[in-house]
Amino acid sequence: MITIQNYVRAESLEQAYELNQKKSARILGGMLWLKMAKNTVGTAVDLSGLGLDTIEETGEGFSIGAMVTLRQLEQHPGLNACTGGAFAKALAPVVGVQFRNMATVGGSVWSRFGFSDVLTLLLALDTTVELYKGGLVPLETFAAMPYDRDLLVRVHIRKTPGRVAYEAMRIQRTDLPVLTCAVSDMGGVRAVIGARPGKPVVLRDEKGLLAGGISKESAAAFAADVAARVPMGANSRGSAAYRTHLAEVLTRRCVLGLGGEL
Amino acid sequence: MEIKLTLNGRPVTDTVEPDTLLIDFVRAHGCASVKRGCETSNCGLCTVFLDGKPVLSCSMLAARADGHAVQTLEGLQEEAADFVGFIADQGADQCGFCNPGFVMNTIALLRENPDPTDDEIRAFLAGNLCRCTGYEGQLRGIRSYLDSRKGGEGHGA
Amino acid sequence: MEHKDYRAINKPVRKKDSMQLLLGKPVYTDDITPRDALVVKLLRSPHANAIVQEIDTSLAGKVPGVAAIYTWQDVPQRRFTIAGQTYPEPSPYDRLILDRHVRFAGDAVAIIAAETEKAALKAMRLIKVKYEVLEAVLDFRTAKDNPVLVHPEEDWYPPCPVGGDNRRNLVASEVNGDGDVEAVLAGCDIVLDRTYHTRAFNQAMMETFRTYTELDRYGRLHVISSTQIVFHVRRILSQALGLPKSRIRVEKPRIGGGFGAKQTAVCEVYPAFVTMQTGRPAKLIYTREEAQIAGSPRHEMEVRIRLGADNDGRIRCIDLYTLSNTGAYGEHGPTTVGLSGHKAIPLYTGGLEAYRFSYDVVYTNHQAAGAYRGYGATQGIYALETIVNELAEQLHMDPTVLRDKNMVREGMAMPAYYGEMANACALDRCMEHCRRIFHWDEKYPVRDMGNGKVRAAGVAMAMQGSCISRVDVGSATVKPSEDGTYNLIIGAADMGTGCDTILAQMAAECLDCSVDDIAVFGADTDASPYDSGSYASSTTYVTGKAVEKACAELKERICSIAAGMLGCQPEDVVFEGKRVRRIDNGESVTLEQIGYKTQVFSCEAAEATASHSSPVSPPPYMVGMAEIELDKETGLVTVLDYMAVVDCGIPINPALARVQTEGGIVQGIGHTLMEDVRYDRNGRPVGSSFLQYKLPTRLDMGHLRVEFENSYEPTGPFGAKSIGEIVINTPAPALTHAIYRATGVWHRELPILPEQIAMSKPETAE
Repeated sequence: MITIQNYVRAESLEQAYELNQKKSARILGGMLWLKMAKNTVGTAVDLSGLGLDTIEETGEGFSIGAMVTLRQLEQHPGLNACTGGAFAKALAPVVGVQFRNMATVGGSVWSRFGFSDVLTLLLALDTTVELYKGGLVPLETFAAMPYDRDLLVRVHIRKTPGRVAYEAMRIQRTDLPVLTCAVSDMGGVRAVIGARPGKPVVLRDEKGLLAGGISKESAAAFAADVAARVPMGANSRGSAAYRTHLAEVLTRRCVLGLGGEL
Repeated sequence: MEIKLTLNGRPVTDTVEPDTLLIDFVRAHGCASVKRGCETSNCGLCTVFLDGKPVLSCSMLAARADGHAVQTLEGLQEEAADFVGFIADQGADQCGFCNPGFVMNTIALLRENPDPTDDEIRAFLAGNLCRCTGYEGQLRGIRSYLDSRKGGEGHGA
Repeated sequence: MEHKDYRAINKPVRKKDSMQLLLGKPVYTDDITPRDALVVKLLRSPHANAIVQEIDTSLAGKVPGVAAIYTWQDVPQRRFTIAGQTYPEPSPYDRLILDRHVRFAGDAVAIIAAETEKAALKAMRLIKVKYEVLEAVLDFRTAKDNPVLVHPEEDWYPPCPVGGDNRRNLVASEVNGDGDVEAVLAGCDIVLDRTYHTRAFNQAMMETFRTYTELDRYGRLHVISSTQIVFHVRRILSQALGLPKSRIRVEKPRIGGGFGAKQTAVCEVYPAFVTMQTGRPAKLIYTREEAQIAGSPRHEMEVRIRLGADNDGRIRCIDLYTLSNTGAYGEHGPTTVGLSGHKAIPLYTGGLEAYRFSYDVVYTNHQAAGAYRGYGATQGIYALETIVNELAEQLHMDPTVLRDKNMVREGMAMPAYYGEMANACALDRCMEHCRRIFHWDEKYPVRDMGNGKVRAAGVAMAMQGSCISRVDVGSATVKPSEDGTYNLIIGAADMGTGCDTILAQMAAECLDCSVDDIAVFGADTDASPYDSGSYASSTTYVTGKAVEKACAELKERICSIAAGMLGCQPEDVVFEGKRVRRIDNGESVTLEQIGYKTQVFSCEAAEATASHSSPVSPPPYMVGMAEIELDKETGLVTVLDYMAVVDCGIPINPALARVQTEGGIVQGIGHTLMEDVRYDRNGRPVGSSFLQYKLPTRLDMGHLRVEFENSYEPTGPFGAKSIGEIVINTPAPALTHAIYRATGVWHRELPILPEQIAMSKPETAE
């Protein structure tokens, strides 16, 4: 259990940012993972009083506050309508309703955990993170950035025409995934593979394997290409070889799940 | 630090450590129904309502509940009594240690979805582990309660 | 089979505590004991095998709020076992409260008692220990006669001769059999030789181990513990602390599950020691991590079977060898292993001409194993049922038909089961019944569902015992109140199973009253009559019989008192539930009148205590069938349907028997498909939390259907046998079978994870 010496419910983003400049400070998300750490936090900064708990939908896209919960994403009609229900599919297996009522978008995206279902899915969409000082950064760029002392304020998703499909493999139905996979065709095909077990990686159809449209054969060819390109590791949930095998299976299923012509 | 919240409808003011967890806070305030089954947010035994939403009190700081409404099974006895007899009729209480969290989350389910399908029940309660019953008896109990509300068979009153 | 209408038994009565439990009332150890007791924490060894060379608690002792810190230097140097077994225990005396030699990663090194948890944990971090790290025995296959000894100590002591030798890392060893195994095998058309491996699964009851201790108003040690064995705990504490039993009282409140884990006094000695040293109330609550790494899980076993049969499917010979890993301490080691043969082989009594059962139980530097529902039978049945399924596939014979040919049937003597008779055995009917409701003939053929998914089915049989014959003692006290209701006082422990209710149902049946008229109390060593405790599936069968006897005695006493009131002889009256009637003239006295009579100028104690023990342990039987959908690409197994038919004699409470069965099946599904127990190369456990050790959720178990085929066990109360343990035994072999059917691969090691399934290739034909 983590030790916390001081708790502050921030009254402004500026205050939160200032408090967070100390190395010993931590921004609180849902606290589900943070709680299990064994270190000592000087000041825990809570953003729950800043109104960052809403999803705003416009004609162009969605603006999602950092304190929006995974449960809100899972249940949001607009997000699910735009993604063929991928949000519900990706998030429903995350532990349980109570857990998803606490886990936040900000916590999930900021932490950039390898096993994150939501990060895998967001990377397949046109997603930008809004940092308090760093401004708007494409999620793919953000995912590769080192941890710093900035604040993640919102996540923006553009309504780009196209489809997305999501698949994950779990040994037990609410466990952390052995592998996650999202494939989209929002202006070019993108495949995202997470739980490698490292951070999700984004791959594009550079060889144009799907240029001729989706068929069993082209899906298999693209899936094989993705599986060959993604570096895999091992942990208690699976070996690297099994993950490579799963990457092929899940990518192929996602591509076929997109359905129809590209 | 001092926090003020309502616990089962009653205002409570108390001093807590910045890292006091909500589960320890509510147990210290007489809500022994709230149980700890793991330290990794996996079991659902510690389920309480924060502003009406089911959350894991083992993973929430008491400080974060400052200014909010917290409810435990101690404060929802009547709503629970409405259906738990049907679980008892199945013998699906068993050791009982997971029951409060399970009952709390079932209340949350029925508030959100008063007429759930079996699959919806399973999905909503997936975060509530039980090692005794194999879950099937819990499902039968809830089903039998829902059927009784529609005028069907039921003996749980 | 006896059949009649019952008043209270064979009915799905609600558990007596159900509304208290479902409404979250404070009924468990931590709920009912003071919050200001000393918090006890244990510093645990990070090493699998080490000697504590130096331990410095001076800095830790200065942490504000720390009351005491104890190390190996502070505790009695007298070895004992924490296995909850009848004296003399088959388990070796190989423990000290704290030992200088720590034998697994998680073994206790120091006891810290503090005013708050924070202070205790802070102190724990400040204790400085210098370990001499020793080579560890981490593979149980190389433990026997390994130069590294887990228990080199001179004072290692086995109270019973079970073939153990600590100089060989051997806890127990035996060979027994019937007939000439080699000769029969030589004459068989087909001999299969297979080895199966199961791991040390955790009970993972929702309430972890916990104990509260204080000095009572007489200055005695009062222990409130989440335990299945109050009397054994009293004896263990007496031994460990050197206290007379009259100075110890042990009681259990409601228990948040046990499944055998709490048949071992896993944590009681630590707070008890603190209370005796400090005089202060103390409480120890295991974290989930502690329960996972320093609990009392199943014995890892490797079972090798040579099975001899003829081409017509007649099983003629079973040669079964079990290697069991008891871990760092020997709790239940010598006994669990016995069930791997004695409660598996008799299933095939049918045409069996010879059997041999041999075993070794070895020490390793893993967490000590203990009692877990099934108690060795689970491991043996997994192996035997799987090899029988392998035989069926080789013979191209329907595995249920193969079993029809060979299974034990009512009236048979079972040589592999101590020669006991199968007095009540509906195994044949269970098979027929299960085949019907499962639609075996439709589901056994493998069905391709497209997209890489196939559906397939598997089957297994099981048995267990109903007590430890010639050992277990159950007792009950029944006393009437002056309003015609009764108190039933027991020493058995309801751990959620519902035994309080079941025993009350039996008492109500005997006393011709409502179950509500029976108030049950248990278990408390000060107040309860002696009972071995709730384990070995024995409470219904043994303590139930004691209830029956006690009620009969009480009725005699009531009749005698009533006869005095009615001016006649006891044989002239009849007990009619609410009254006693004089047969010749119809005059009667009510129980209320009798009750008040016993309170005025009376020398007759209006209560009865009876004990029971059984020379036999009649097996319950069961058939389980599983249908799965297997994704050949990912290896994911989805359990669709699990159907089981159980013969537990006459079920005293069919609702509770059904839930027991469903719960056991889901635990078995967990062990087969997801619960993984691993150690890293230094012998540190990997699955130390529910984040890593995954229990089945309600999305992982498919649909369950449980039905019963009744038999009537003449030695049991109202024809009852046991139910608690047998129910965990069929899923592993049935699912292993279904996975073979779907993939063509026999997985001979549990758990069978998706990776193994997806990455394995079908074996070439032998």
